[in-house]
Amino acid sequence: MKILVCITHVPDTTSRIAFTDGDTKFDKNGVQFIIGPYDDYALARAVELKEQSGGSITVLNVGEAETEPTIRKALAIGADDAIRINAFPEDALFVAKQIAAVAKDGGFDLILMGRESIDFNGGQVHGMVGELLGIPSVSPVMTLDIDGDTAKISREIEGGKEYMELPLPFVAGCQEPIAEWKIPNMRGIMSARTKPLEVKDPTGDAPKTKVSKFELPPAKGDVKLVDPDNMDELVNLLKNEAKVI
Amino acid sequence: MEAAVEKSALKGGEFLIKETQANNIFIPEEFSEEQKMMAAATLDFIHMEIDPNTERIENMEEGMMSGLMDKAGELGLLGVNVPEEYGGLGMSFNTGMLIADMMASAGSFSTAYGAHTGIGTLPILYYGTEEQKKKYLPKLASGEWKACYCLTEPDAGSDANSGKTKAKLTDDGKHYIINGQKMWISNAGFADLFIIFAKIDDDKKLSAFIAERTWDGITMNDEEKKLGIKGSSTRQVFFNDLKVPAENLLSERENGFKIAVNVLNVGRIKLGAGCINGCKDVASKSTQYANERKQFGVSISSFGAIKQKLAKMATKTFATESASYRAGQDIEDLISKLQSDGLEASEAKLKGVEQYAIECAMIKIHGSEVLDFCVDEGVQVYGGMGFSEEAPMARAYRDARITRIYEGTNEINRMLLVGMMFKKAMKGEIDLLGPAMAVGKELTGVPSFDTPDLSAPLAKEKEVIKNLKKAVLMAAGKAAEKFGPKLDHEQEVLMSLADMLIEVYVAESTILRTEKLISKYGEEGSKLYQNMAKLYLYEAVTKIKNAGDEAVACFAEGDELRVMLMGLKRFTKMDPVNTKELRQAVADVMIKENKFPYSLYN
Repeated sequence: MKILVCITHVPDTTSRIAFTDGDTKFDKNGVQFIIGPYDDYALARAVELKEQSGGSITVLNVGEAETEPTIRKALAIGADDAIRINAFPEDALFVAKQIAAVAKDGGFDLILMGRESIDFNGGQVHGMVGELLGIPSVSPVMTLDIDGDTAKISREIEGGKEYMELPLPFVAGCQEPIAEWKIPNMRGIMSARTKPLEVKDPTGDAPKTKVSKFELPPAKGDVKLVDPDNMDELVNLLKNEAKVI
Repeated sequence: MEAAVEKSALKGGEFLIKETQANNIFIPEEFSEEQKMMAAATLDFIHMEIDPNTERIENMEEGMMSGLMDKAGELGLLGVNVPEEYGGLGMSFNTGMLIADMMASAGSFSTAYGAHTGIGTLPILYYGTEEQKKKYLPKLASGEWKACYCLTEPDAGSDANSGKTKAKLTDDGKHYIINGQKMWISNAGFADLFIIFAKIDDDKKLSAFIAERTWDGITMNDEEKKLGIKGSSTRQVFFNDLKVPAENLLSERENGFKIAVNVLNVGRIKLGAGCINGCKDVASKSTQYANERKQFGVSISSFGAIKQKLAKMATKTFATESASYRAGQDIEDLISKLQSDGLEASEAKLKGVEQYAIECAMIKIHGSEVLDFCVDEGVQVYGGMGFSEEAPMARAYRDARITRIYEGTNEINRMLLVGMMFKKAMKGEIDLLGPAMAVGKELTGVPSFDTPDLSAPLAKEKEVIKNLKKAVLMAAGKAAEKFGPKLDHEQEVLMSLADMLIEVYVAESTILRTEKLISKYGEEGSKLYQNMAKLYLYEAVTKIKNAGDEAVACFAEGDELRVMLMGLKRFTKMDPVNTKELRQAVADVMIKENKFPYSLYN
């Protein structure tokens, strides 16, 4: 089985978020970067599938040179080789086109990625890749098993769970509990150094979207606790202070 | 490798009499991407496997700790310093330090980890025969077997060589029969392999043996009820006619004490490094709590009294980290040099560490005392919550306390390090006498009115360091002159001299690291480090002045004392420092980042 895992290089979830350049750019100063948490689940499942039935894992990242430590971590976790498309991944369609270009002739049985990145959180790339390649795409995939040429997956839907079978190849946007995150072992880290990491220039048109401004969500206000026996007080506060009724 | 060899020019202890250039020390910012990834993976292990199980570990749930050790083994964390031919990773000395550093935030687990990979594994790694290494090291590196180290006895703690455990060779010469009692044995509850120290027949000195748990004759008491690291297994171990094959004698007869000492040298420096991430964790948690906790309508982190505490934690941690990795790399460089000179790997490792035994002891003391400072202030920042077992500080406070006791108490280490310094001087390995006499001359001569060029970054601070060394040389030189060989018994003087030596080494390491960081990040980008370096130097100067005053007053009086006190005053002079401003600047970074002010690994 040949698996392509697409990973993002995103700020650690505990990072302090700030912007520069007139609120048009993310302030990377002092921020630690990680493999996108949902992509990390996808990678972990890919490693498990490879352990079960052999094959190979290629990781793909669309990013500038600074993302290489993140890519090396994916190699340390168990990917065999890596490709970095040398471009900033701001625009979903642009990223999807880069992935599709790599996947088109790659002969991959599975294309896995997170259900969304945790920086721009577009959640569109898996669908676009499927469309560009003319193969199915499903998201969020919460369990994934392979039986011959067929994949069995499940996902949560409104009010219940959906079980599906579909033919390979296809694109999956993954999330927990598809697998547990894997900690790279020391030997994996040492061998990551010697695994191939190919850098390619982006193909096609330049990104079409442009960020005009980022804004932080408004700070949370103080919470007032009202005794359940004192409904009048609650109504009074909602009406006169919060002014919501 | 060539450059690394050149760097090791300074011998152990020589920092006192020679100046070191910034480019001759290693700083943790220079770890490779691979080493940083190993550190980050260790942190992942702690966050994913240790932290969620803290309560189960602390309650000593059956199989919990050894299960976690198995997982650490699967990740390769137990074989970092074991050579590849014995199933380990064969990583460098400083990489081993780095992993120990990360483990510092793992509480009880870090003790189990340290005991297994350090004092449990190293005796075989350094002194084992090829057969012993082949038989045991792969099992220890993978975690299939866990190890413990049985040295301490009820009446033999700091005075380890006075142990009463006996070994007797059987008439056929095939076995040793061991009888005796050991206590405070970390990992005893689940260990598969026991390093045992015992005296053969009526020997004066200890010998060391390797024993396996399944052999008849090993029994143990229940788990000790301890102040801290409650999740780590600590038991008394009894040997009743334990039959150990003769080939399991480690090294030669009566070589046990030397093994114990040399293994403890490594244990010490790793224990010092193994406090760093604990300090950072406590500083981060304290910052987060101080940001969240509101009193008088504002976060308590906005108060100067709290900021001061946060900044002190960060500053001391930055300092101990600077010294740890400087010494770690010096050891590593010497090991490489000795190996390229043709020395066998284990022998090179031993000699490398032995050369820097003074630094190992200093780092153990400093690291453990900084950790103790941090947890104490951590409890204070948490206030009432700090005293509650519901918040993390109470456990951190209890867990930290052991670090000042094990691997040689800090008092024993203080005496040892000063003793080693004088011994090196007497053997002619380092020249203390010449520089000490020069200082004496300077003291009675006319002070120099030359104004050196102090415009370069940190030039003033480096000038202060130069003078601090003179202060130490003066006090130590006079003490040696007064007491001669009897100085060994003047423990109060030794404590003060040790404090002076430690502060000089740590302050110098901090200044030199900062000098490197200024060229790495620029004047503005390195402001945080500069502030911490200046604060630490101020702290070191104050301590050295106090310790010096106390030391000389122990043995001098009248005019002689007055001249020496004047000398100490002159050699500990520095420009006034606005500690309030500097500490606020450091704390403000922490408050903004909501954690320890800088991070080196993910």
